[in-house]
Amino acid sequence: MGVGIKTRSGSGRVATARLSAQPGGPRSQWAAAFLAALPIVPRGVAARWRRAAAAPGEGEGRSAGVRRRRRAGGAMLRTSLRQVSAALKDGRVTPTELCQRCLALIKTTKFLNAYITVAEETALKQAEESEKRYKRGQPLGILDGIPIAVKDNFNTAGIETTCASNMLKGYISPYNATVVQKLLDQGAVLLGKTNLDEFAMGSGSTDGVFGPVRNPWSYSKQYKDKSVPKSHSEDEESNWVITGGSSGGSAAAVSSFTCFAALGSDTGGSTRNPAAHCGVVGLKPTYGLISRHGLIPLVNSMDVPGILTRCVDDAAVLLGSLAGHDPKDSTTIQDDFKPFEIPNLTDFSKLSIGIPKEYHAPGLSSEILALWSKAADLFKNAGAKVVEVSLPHTRYSIVCYHVLCTAEVASNMARFDGLEYGHRSDMKDSTESMYAATRREGFNDVVRGRILSGNYFLLKQNYEKYFVKAQKVRRLIANDFVKVFRSGVDILLTPTTLSDAALYTEFIQEDNRTRSAQDDILTQAANMAGLPAINVPTALSERGLPVGLQFIGRSFQEKQLLTVAKWFEKQVQFPVIQLEEVKRHDSGVFQHKKSASFS
Amino acid sequence: MAAAVAMAARGCGGVWRRARQRGAGQPGPRLGPFPRGQRAVACNARGGAVPAGKSGLVPWVPVVGLEIHAQISSNSKLFSGSQVQFAAPPNSLVSFFDASLPGTLPMKSCAFFYIMCSFNGPAGNRLLGSCTVQNKMDKVLFLFQNAVLNRRCVEAAVMTGLALNCSINKKSLFDRKHYFYADLPAGYQITQQRVPIAVNGSLSYSLCIDNKMSQMVTKTVRIKQIQLEQDSGKSLHDDTRSQTLVDLNRAGVGLMEVVMEPDMCCGEEAAAAVRELQLILQTLGSSQAVMAEGQLRVDANVSVHHPGEPYGVRTEVKNINSIRFLAKAIDYEIQRQIEELENGGTILNETRAFDSKLGCTVPMRDKEGKQDYRFMPEPNLPPLILYDAKSLPANMNHQQVINIDWIHERLPDLPSVKRKKLVEQYGILPEHSFTLLNEDGLAEFFESVVKQTQMKPKKVIGWILKDLLSYLKQHSLTVKESPVSSFLLADLLNLLEKKEISSPAAKQVFMELWKGEGKTPLEIVKEQKLGLLQDQKELEQICQAVIDGQENEVMAIKAGNQKVLNKLIGLVQKKTEGRSNPVLVKQLLEKKLSE
Repeated sequence: MGVGIKTRSGSGRVATARLSAQPGGPRSQWAAAFLAALPIVPRGVAARWRRAAAAPGEGEGRSAGVRRRRRAGGAMLRTSLRQVSAALKDGRVTPTELCQRCLALIKTTKFLNAYITVAEETALKQAEESEKRYKRGQPLGILDGIPIAVKDNFNTAGIETTCASNMLKGYISPYNATVVQKLLDQGAVLLGKTNLDEFAMGSGSTDGVFGPVRNPWSYSKQYKDKSVPKSHSEDEESNWVITGGSSGGSAAAVSSFTCFAALGSDTGGSTRNPAAHCGVVGLKPTYGLISRHGLIPLVNSMDVPGILTRCVDDAAVLLGSLAGHDPKDSTTIQDDFKPFEIPNLTDFSKLSIGIPKEYHAPGLSSEILALWSKAADLFKNAGAKVVEVSLPHTRYSIVCYHVLCTAEVASNMARFDGLEYGHRSDMKDSTESMYAATRREGFNDVVRGRILSGNYFLLKQNYEKYFVKAQKVRRLIANDFVKVFRSGVDILLTPTTLSDAALYTEFIQEDNRTRSAQDDILTQAANMAGLPAINVPTALSERGLPVGLQFIGRSFQEKQLLTVAKWFEKQVQFPVIQLEEVKRHDSGVFQHKKSASFS
Repeated sequence: MAAAVAMAARGCGGVWRRARQRGAGQPGPRLGPFPRGQRAVACNARGGAVPAGKSGLVPWVPVVGLEIHAQISSNSKLFSGSQVQFAAPPNSLVSFFDASLPGTLPMKSCAFFYIMCSFNGPAGNRLLGSCTVQNKMDKVLFLFQNAVLNRRCVEAAVMTGLALNCSINKKSLFDRKHYFYADLPAGYQITQQRVPIAVNGSLSYSLCIDNKMSQMVTKTVRIKQIQLEQDSGKSLHDDTRSQTLVDLNRAGVGLMEVVMEPDMCCGEEAAAAVRELQLILQTLGSSQAVMAEGQLRVDANVSVHHPGEPYGVRTEVKNINSIRFLAKAIDYEIQRQIEELENGGTILNETRAFDSKLGCTVPMRDKEGKQDYRFMPEPNLPPLILYDAKSLPANMNHQQVINIDWIHERLPDLPSVKRKKLVEQYGILPEHSFTLLNEDGLAEFFESVVKQTQMKPKKVIGWILKDLLSYLKQHSLTVKESPVSSFLLADLLNLLEKKEISSPAAKQVFMELWKGEGKTPLEIVKEQKLGLLQDQKELEQICQAVIDGQENEVMAIKAGNQKVLNKLIGLVQKKTEGRSNPVLVKQLLEKKLSE
């Protein structure tokens, strides 16, 4: 079967893109080549997909590597988690130095609004403890001393957990989410809590009470070079793009090098979508693989903790440290999860990549379509079987999600009544009026709107008509995947987003509901089916913004999924973001080192 | 009007009657629902036909259904490891989950067990309905999943279901029931609305007609379902300071909700059914079922209608904390509805509370309005899977699963069986068997006495019910607290049976025993010289002396007036200070008089 992704050109002409990957050639040419190739994609001209000299996980692929050798501890922030872990082990940098540098960078990049809370004090304490362990020669493992960030909808004992909502402003949980506890138990240093849409309801990270998150790429050299302000009156201030969401804070934090990995959550694409827009790896594991205990729920039956990292290898590290049964979450699987190192993909003869035709959705940008097509050819040329498949019910996924999501939201939000914790209104006329005022003051319009529609769907007279029907549709959507995987397909390859990141000023023209419906379209079905999926940053768009592709795997087949993702990552050699702020901080290590060395 | 009310209160055969006030522009003064001496009495015990209404009388049929919440007797809560304890300091037994802190999930500590559950794909997929065989075959998506739940609670529900002749669902589901209330921290209760653990059962109960123990009838109420669910916390309203205090100790404790079909028609029937259920729960040990401590809470759904017409609008009566009040509340509510309707009013579908001080039901202000509970599947709990001998996988560790058959085999004798056995084995009256079981430990006490004495059980039961039980009641003691042990009572009855003491002397000894001074019956008999005269010659002499001293009486007897003999017997008793056997005395006197 010929692999074809039908592309609609501007003139309405349908052409088949055939892009071949050609190994070899200088790495730096890839991005330029892709961009240059775009106009000619519909004409069927092959763009050159260059093989990298080395993958990011292998150490020398990035410009940072050079500087690192020049000056010990320099450029450390831009390395991968595995690399920095090795540096900690070798003593090239100490946990305290690393933590201080991250904290300093967080301050400099404050304008991104990636963090809601920076836990400077506890982070430094954790780093100190880590340092002691390294000095004793007894680090807890690969995560010991690694600065990480956690989306602010995971409970953290002693550190405010707000969900970017007035409802939980000032709320300090008495317990750690299982995933947070696991990270801390393995020595990770928790820098802070990252920004999001209120209660993770959104796809832009624009609808939180602490304001929108700005995409670090808005301030990159790559974007600045490409973007031309529409008019001279428009200053740089209005030219920034959104991160996507709802885990936009976490994606921005990883992307701007303020931490080495971050936790997000993924209910309809909330990890993969911002990962795509911010040019980082975003993994949504199989439902039931990682504990949800302590994750403040959006949709219990679809929520999964998400992993945001610089590269696929790092995602595997995080997965290995987080996955497994949790008695506190009865939906986690019993089977032991064995952490793995991602093998190199060598045998393509047994690999079958499915291209679901329904993902060629209305609104898909031509450059992403071309990229998708090119990626398919890459696999084909490597020897994999690439087949077009159909997931006919995927198009109902958004409307189905709307019913199921709002229903669960209505239920999950019922506990916020102002009695036990969180915001409580001063209204004292009656218990009911206190509830009403508390919830009106505590929740934003988006949350209230979802609660309202969810309660509507759950009403006795509507339950069968909406909720039950949506459940049935969900089964059909899930069965589509079952069928495709049973037909022999191993991995599905799709775009992650319809386009690159929108300007904030444009994004807010549409309401949250419309935006979420559009933005979740390519990611949502994987949540319906509980499947693992990953965004791999692939290239820069014409505007100099990241674009990613999504791989969807079989349930609990994360190893296979990540193996394929890693191979792909290595081929595309996604460029490193060039940020002034980071350059300054990543080389200014000695100041910090001096002050730290006495502690 | 008063007469009409009286009629209503005398309704029979499930039909209550009352004069319909046709065109009553000015209804008479509103009477209390139960005018003195006209308390509505259980009526359909005879189960007879509806008596033909007199002209102007339209009969009413009351319909009563019950929803009973029984707190499961377990050391820990249903979905959390918190302890369960009555009257612990407020909010001292509350886990994060019990307080519904954001991000918590239903769980349990490691002391809990796992129930094997299976469903295809991630847990979320279970929402999509039962898995198809095809999907189950799909090894990639088919998982064994372990749910978390308190094993004890599940077993208690299964036992109760079996005892109530229910079919046990091998797969049951959990749902969320939403409503806002201060003591419901999550804003919803986890319950089993769609597929509960047990369905379609029945409960037989007996009640007596016109309060006569000798006239008992047995009735049956259908059990719609038994569902496992979480208890709520407690709200304590401080009216003077107008504040509400919330205690979450009870929040999350396991409950069984037993839903009865509306097969009853008056307070007394409901009370008898609840009493029987209470006995069953206590026999099983699945709940302590003490109403006063809130371990058994009964809500009654009450409506009235005319025969042949559809059921009327029902009200739900809550806040009933004793079986006596249950009967009162229901009968009040029936009466209230009849009056309301006959006065041209309508019945609102509302929740009413029983005020035990005023003896009436009043609307509950905070439960006004129609509630839509917006039920939804609980997404955090996989289905609860139970096994029977047939379905139990061979390699399954029995500690990890619940086997319905295993529980069935080990069910203790239920009260009805126990009563039957008592009647058959000891030849006592059926109504006595009811009394024996109604008092905790009394049947065991009775059996223990019977075992230790030669006295016939039929005679023993008299002592148990007339003497022991009435003394206990007088002093508000339980059987366990009785100062007279079964051993002492048996000793006493043996003395009586061996004719070593007379019956009146035995009662005297019993009184002494009640003081609990540690003396044996024999010691008391000796001390107080209560033993019967065993020397026949001495007795003969006394008899002779009495005859000799009562010439007139002897003449009368010889003339045929046998009644006078009793006087002579009495005199002998007097001389012997009650220590003579009246039967023997009679024989001796007769013999002497006939000489």
